[in-house]
Parts: sequence; structure tokens; C-alpha cells
Amino acid sequence: MGALSVNTTLLRKMLVGFVRDEVYKVGVKKGVLGLSGGIDSALVAFIAAEALGPENVYAYTMPYKTSNPESEAHAKLVADALGINYKVIEITPMVDAYFGLVPDADNMRRGNKMARERMTILYDHSAAVGGLVLGTSNKTELLLGYGTLHGDMASALNPIGDIYKSQVWALSEAMGVPHEVIEKKPSADLWAGQTDEQELGFSYRDADELLYRMVDQRMNREELIDAGFAADFIDNVQRKVQGSHFKRRLPVIAKVSNRTIDRDFRYARDWGK
Amino acid sequence: MDFTVALAQIKPKLGCLADNLAIAEAAIEKGIAQGAQLIVFPELALTGYFLKDLVPDVALTLDAPEIERLKLLSRRISIAIGLVEVTPDYRFFNTALYLEDGEIRHVHRKVYLPTYGLFDEQRYLARGEHFRAFDSRFGRIGILICEDMWHLSAPYILAMDGATSIICLSSSPGRGLSDAEGLGSAGAWQRLTSTTAMFLNCRVFYCNRVGYEDGINFWGGSEVITPSGEVAVRGAILEEDFVLAKVDEGALRRERIFSPMMRDENMMLTVKELRRIERERG
Repeated sequence: MGALSVNTTLLRKMLVGFVRDEVYKVGVKKGVLGLSGGIDSALVAFIAAEALGPENVYAYTMPYKTSNPESEAHAKLVADALGINYKVIEITPMVDAYFGLVPDADNMRRGNKMARERMTILYDHSAAVGGLVLGTSNKTELLLGYGTLHGDMASALNPIGDIYKSQVWALSEAMGVPHEVIEKKPSADLWAGQTDEQELGFSYRDADELLYRMVDQRMNREELIDAGFAADFIDNVQRKVQGSHFKRRLPVIAKVSNRTIDRDFRYARDWGK
Repeated sequence: MDFTVALAQIKPKLGCLADNLAIAEAAIEKGIAQGAQLIVFPELALTGYFLKDLVPDVALTLDAPEIERLKLLSRRISIAIGLVEVTPDYRFFNTALYLEDGEIRHVHRKVYLPTYGLFDEQRYLARGEHFRAFDSRFGRIGILICEDMWHLSAPYILAMDGATSIICLSSSPGRGLSDAEGLGSAGAWQRLTSTTAMFLNCRVFYCNRVGYEDGINFWGGSEVITPSGEVAVRGAILEEDFVLAKVDEGALRRERIFSPMMRDENMMLTVKELRRIERERG
């Protein structure tokens, strides 16, 4: 377990510095985020409040009619603890209007639509308040592809995209995220009683231990089996990482010219900043 | 001689020559005001680090007006600073200049261009071909740029060439977080600067930048290492800083008396064995 444990004082300093630096250099002072009531967005709210000042952080909870009311209560708990700007915006009318047109859509389509509805609201509020959208996907879910492309995966900056769920838990403890939020079971809250771990079929702790060795340490399959991981678990996770890689890349562009964006037209996003 | 060195732990803006020159000039004035005789800047201080296709746009010829301004300032304080240099045959180098008494006293072009992991320097830059020490007001100096220092032969050659001070300009990304007190990359550098000073009985002036580029942080922690490998002073981690240190000539003299490894170093044996290895490798 030692491999995943981190110096949270230093991690906090790096992530707070990241948000402050990358927001300010764009020429704005504010950050916007969706506060789901879960731990990832709670942690990002804590990081953003420390980086930008609570008065410059705008958090939105965007429940659908089937969302667990506890989620909204937990989001409010976080917003109150920090003193950030906070608003609840119901997405039921927009989402239901759309699914009135396509009533046969399954749970996955409905969940993705809700995630993308929330994204459009965040980007609209980003323009309204003059702030950047802060991402709340952690490294575990990004690697597993457990998120909606152009939905919850969309952001301008993501402070927690290189830390595993286990490290999110540790940093949340260190930064004082309310215990109710840290201790509850992670859930995308797409339907009643849903939990991430049930849907994934394994625990985040186990996935993190495996991903850390597979991705960060580049251990091969044989070494992972020697380290005690079951072959079918390794293969399952490997399949998820590879199968979701498209979600972590920009759309593929057909090359015809001498300088194609991102292929041989290469600039940092912080170009000139 | 005894002197005061300043390490300008700045945060350059990516691809903004004019802004970075202004940052450098302000630091130089501050160094002069605080009594420093030598000021060291990070690698690529005038341009920022992850330049990619911006390299040709920010490159300077050695007679550029920006360098003329720095040369003028070097009449009041000696300056080591990093930039992109373009040569008349249009090669682009990751270069460090040493300016003193109104002149360019030395040009070091980075030899070891890291091209692995998050680094991609060889894609954009030409490789330097020399490690040469040179004379300055403060004795003989050797300059290295970041990755150069990770090649044991580089500081060794400079020390054999008579350098008693090694200046290292750096843009080191912070990475490798664990439960240890510091970052993995910072700990590795701290062992390296100290060990290099001990091996070669020389001072090390290490200047690393701070700030973020596309989410990658630079960790700072600039330091002055004594010839016995002790940290004389270390800059803040992950924050801008201006590090001043008094450098004592006596400490160098005493260390070279206590630990005369460089006196005893057998260069001919090293050369002979390297020649043999070269022969045997074909």
C-alpha cells in the first residue's frame, strides 16, 4: 500500500499552485465547477477555494429528478464549509424534454445525456461569471474510461487528473473535506442505489494498486501476476484502459497538409502565457 | 576571491521574450542593489521551457539587441542566463551565456538534450559539442545546462579543465510524488549537486525555475553547494525566490587541502582506458 501513499502537504501545494497559476495566466480570477456531492468535486472545490479565494469559486449542483437527495445535501455541506458561491440548477426539464422525443433510450444514454447537459450549463456559467471550468475526474476514472466524453470529462483545467482515487481520499482528509463526503460509497448517482464499485466489478483500492504498478511503474503482465494480481483482473483493467483511450485524446484528424494540428503543428496550450 | 552570488529563481512566460527580458533585468537590478557580483538564471530563462514549434520564433543571434542590453548590464554584475540561440546556419541551441565586463565571456550549448518521458528536446534543438571551462573574475568556471549534469563525464571534464565552480542552469519539472518529504525529482537533484561538488571539490551554483507550463510544475529549490558538498543555501520549493549567498574563497582552498582528489586524479589513465574501450568497441 506504500506505493500509493503521498505527502499530502506537498501535493496540496502543487495542486493549489497549479490552479492559481493556470487560471491567472489566462487573465481571469475565477473557477467554475459542478459539485455533485461526491468526493472528487468536493476536493476540487477545496483546492480551488484555497487557490483563488472562496469568493472566486462558483459551484453548481445540477440534480435530475432521480438523483439521490443526499447528494445535494452533501454538496451544500461542502459549499457552506468553504463559503463559495453556490447554486442548484435542476436539469430535469431539459433532459425530459429531450427524452420525450426519444423515449426508448437506455440508462447509459440517459446518464450520458445528463452529464453533457451539466457540461453545457457549466460552460455557460463559465462565460457568465468569467471563470474557467475545473475538471473533477481523477486518474483512476480517467484511465478506466469511467466518465462521459464531452460530459463530466470536459474541463479547462483538471487539478486531480493525475492522482488516483486512493490519493483523492488521503488529500481530502488532509484538506478537511467533510467526513460524510469522504466516507460514503462513490456513486455516479445515475439511478437509485448505484455505486461505482458495483458497476465496475472491483474496488477502487484494488484498481489503484494495479493501475499504479501497470501505468506508473510499467510492470508487465508477468510481473503483475508475480506481485499477486489475478490474471483476469489484470486483463479486465487492461482492456478498459485500452478501450477507453479514445476518450483521453483529441479527435483524430486526417492528414493532408505539411502541418497538421497536434501532429506537426505543436505548441503548448500555455503558448504566450 | 570572496563574492556574493544571486540565484534568480524566476517564473518565465512561455514564448514571451520581452516579458522575460524585463523579468531578468529587474532581477539583475535587484542583485546589484543587494551587493551580488554574480547572478545566475535558469535554463531558457528568456523563453520558457516547453517551446515546441516556438523555438525558431524566440531564438536570438548572439548579436541580438536583447543580448546587447544584458552585456551592458554585465559591466555591473556578471550574468549567467539561458536562451535559445540561432546560428548563421540556422541551427537552434539551448544555450547559456556567461556575460562579464560588457562581453560574452563564454557560450555553452546544451550537449545532452533529453528526449524521453515528458522531454522532447532533440526534436526541436541541435546538440552542443563542447564542455569547456573558462576564466572569470571568480576563478575558472564551467557551465552545464540541466540534463548535462546527469552525465558524469560532463562535470568531470569541466573540473579537469580547471573549473572550481560549476554553474548549472535548470528547468527541472517536479514529479515523482511519494510519501517522502520532497519530490522524487528534487531529491535526485539534491543528491546529484552535492555528490558532484564532493567528487570534484568544486562549488555548485544550481538555479532552477518555478511556475507551471501546461500543468507541468518546475520545483525551484535553487542552491549553492560548498566544495565539501554542503548546502550553503537553498531556495523555496515551488515558489519564486531570490537566493543570495556569500561565497568564501577560503572554503575552496581548505577543501582542496583536506580532500585533494582532483590533484590526484590521473587524467592520462582515464584517457588511456577510454581509448582502449573505444578500440575494443570498434
